[in-house]
Amino acid sequence: MNAPHQQPHQWHQHEFPEAAREMLENSQTRRNVQHATTVIQDKRNRVVGELPEWQDLREAGSQVRAHALRHLDHYLLQFEENCTRAGGHVHWASDAADARRIMLELIQRHQAKEVIKIKTMTSEEIGLNAHLEAHGVRPIETDLAELIIQLGKDRPSHFVVPALHKNRQQVREIFQREMHLPELGEQPVDLATAARNYLREKYLRIKVAVSGANFLIADTGGVCILESEGNGRMCLTLPDVLISLVGIEKVIPSYRDLEIFLQTVPRSATGERMNPYNSTWSGVTPGDGPKEFHVVLLDNGRSPILADKEAQQTLKCVRCAACLNACPVYHQTGGHAYESVYAGPIGAILTPQLLAMKEGRSLPYASSLCGACYEVCPVKINIPEVLIHLRGKVVQEDQKTLSGKLGLWNIGMQAAAFTLADSGRLSMAAHLAQVAQKPLVSKNGFISWMPGMLSGWTQTRDLKAIPEQSFRDWWAQEHSTQKPKEKANG
Amino acid sequence: MADAVDSRAKILASIRMSLGERRQDTVIAAEYAGIMRDYRRPEERTREALLEHFEDRLREYDAGVYRASTTSIAQVVAEILASRGKAGLAMPAGIPAEWLPDGFVFTDASGLDEHQLDRVEGVLTACTVAIAETGSIALQNAPGQGARQMSLVPDYHLCVVFASQVVASVPDAFDRLMPTASLPTTFISGPSATADIEMTRIKGVHGPRFFDVVIVAD
Ligand code: SF4
Repeated sequence: MNAPHQQPHQWHQHEFPEAAREMLENSQTRRNVQHATTVIQDKRNRVVGELPEWQDLREAGSQVRAHALRHLDHYLLQFEENCTRAGGHVHWASDAADARRIMLELIQRHQAKEVIKIKTMTSEEIGLNAHLEAHGVRPIETDLAELIIQLGKDRPSHFVVPALHKNRQQVREIFQREMHLPELGEQPVDLATAARNYLREKYLRIKVAVSGANFLIADTGGVCILESEGNGRMCLTLPDVLISLVGIEKVIPSYRDLEIFLQTVPRSATGERMNPYNSTWSGVTPGDGPKEFHVVLLDNGRSPILADKEAQQTLKCVRCAACLNACPVYHQTGGHAYESVYAGPIGAILTPQLLAMKEGRSLPYASSLCGACYEVCPVKINIPEVLIHLRGKVVQEDQKTLSGKLGLWNIGMQAAAFTLADSGRLSMAAHLAQVAQKPLVSKNGFISWMPGMLSGWTQTRDLKAIPEQSFRDWWAQEHSTQKPKEKANG
Repeated sequence: MADAVDSRAKILASIRMSLGERRQDTVIAAEYAGIMRDYRRPEERTREALLEHFEDRLREYDAGVYRASTTSIAQVVAEILASRGKAGLAMPAGIPAEWLPDGFVFTDASGLDEHQLDRVEGVLTACTVAIAETGSIALQNAPGQGARQMSLVPDYHLCVVFASQVVASVPDAFDRLMPTASLPTTFISGPSATADIEMTRIKGVHGPRFFDVVIVAD
């Protein structure tokens, strides 16, 4: 059996700082990422502002998710029972290899040579596409952005808008080449129409579909999927067989709870009051949708996270990506720098834990601890708190070896930890940001080197230190003046 | 598959080891019931204000919106089809005959497969509930609404919504949906769209590119 960190499909090859530097050198990508995240964030702020009950919705969403995790075995069993009663089949996969094997077997049982797919992060996580291809099954991504990624032989960089690092000229080139459409225009509508025509034939022909899910619903044994384009609905309803691969943490107690998440997730994810399509179903319904429905419940490093009382909240995540869009580090580096399926602030805490803290250890440092991620999170995951907690774990691990003891990160983090220890447990992220920087600020007021935390980044463009201001205020100010880093290079 | 049984036991054991002692079902139920749901707000808008709000939201999504009375549905449907240049529509079983104007062809689509649905001019359906605040319409597998693919594969969807089916908020909609929560359900908010290319909302990817709603005063 493969331990999770031995998976061949894990992206992790470089540490974050190194990868971030590469990204920063690609200015077109940076512009695309910055444009996209700014647009989504503005929209998000507008539609969130419309709801006076927003904080109550966040609190309720947080409580529901935390409750489900505290009794995860109970709700998974309830889901299994109700899904099975409704005609679905439930499978359990303890790791990525297990999940790949189950999925391939199900697909091969139907002699399928092609499968259509709805965007799913769990599929990325287990490296499903490569595995299917290696066994003669062609996976076809149907989400427009995923299609762009797949045809462009690229990797997703954001989990709501995976191709946000590509602009329309780049998309057009990929489509012209891969769909054999030399005359294709570059208007977004031309590109969408090309995708519609390219995929429609496949929806009507291919008999097996693979999806993820946004929620598993314990009391109905149901599944919920949010989407925009209708590709999800096509995959959920037209094929004969549907296989949904879902992390065990995705279960919620009741259908009723969707009244919270259908308000918070669309607003957080795409800045819309509601995304065009949401689907819920339980098992199979004669004459409506697939004749055969399978759910594969994926653990792959999740269950041990429940044992860590401080880090457990990581699993409340509903993958809306609001924390990515709000993060000044993501804004600069884009998703690829994290070299992990789950990018951004949530990736910085989730990835190393899924890998049992054996890899991705620089990720908890890929943050300024400014607190913007916590503020926007619709289920109130205190990412800065978990980051600090995980950094502590990394330092503890490192101290077990001599080179670790003398390591630069370690010295820097110990200095920070010393300061932290003095004033006890701090939860104010803005304050933490200032504290964490103290040992690093040189006399001229610039942070030219940070231990682990984006050292590659600061080598590329020095960051101005944050005297009394919070990182975020500073960021907002820098940003509005339209001359972000160049100024600081002096 | 012996492996499968092992994985199930292994995952459950690992979860239990992490969580510690198991709670009794009654304790879990009590904890769940204690979750604070202060997000519900009393509705202060008049019915007409609510309908106007719903209408605005639909138009923002680029859906066409029409009004009818219980006796003028067929007439309004005829006007819409004429302006869209359609000769007729497919429909699920259970659409009342009095909705259907003369001079157009309405075919029962309940037996059609996806290839046949792909060739129809559009589809006419009812709905279960509609949400003013988000401009959403929920369809379930029920008479007049049909199987999910019916409102998906055709390029045009005309939906009849009764004013009494329009509720203010998402939680209000769930009050109505709870009794039939297990049915296949689709929440539709405007025509299919994507913002995947440079964050521009582009109408019409895979679902119906054209979407009209008739709101019937009842
Ligand atoms: S951590 Fe919160 S904000 Fe980030 S993706 Fe998860 S739910 Fe969304």
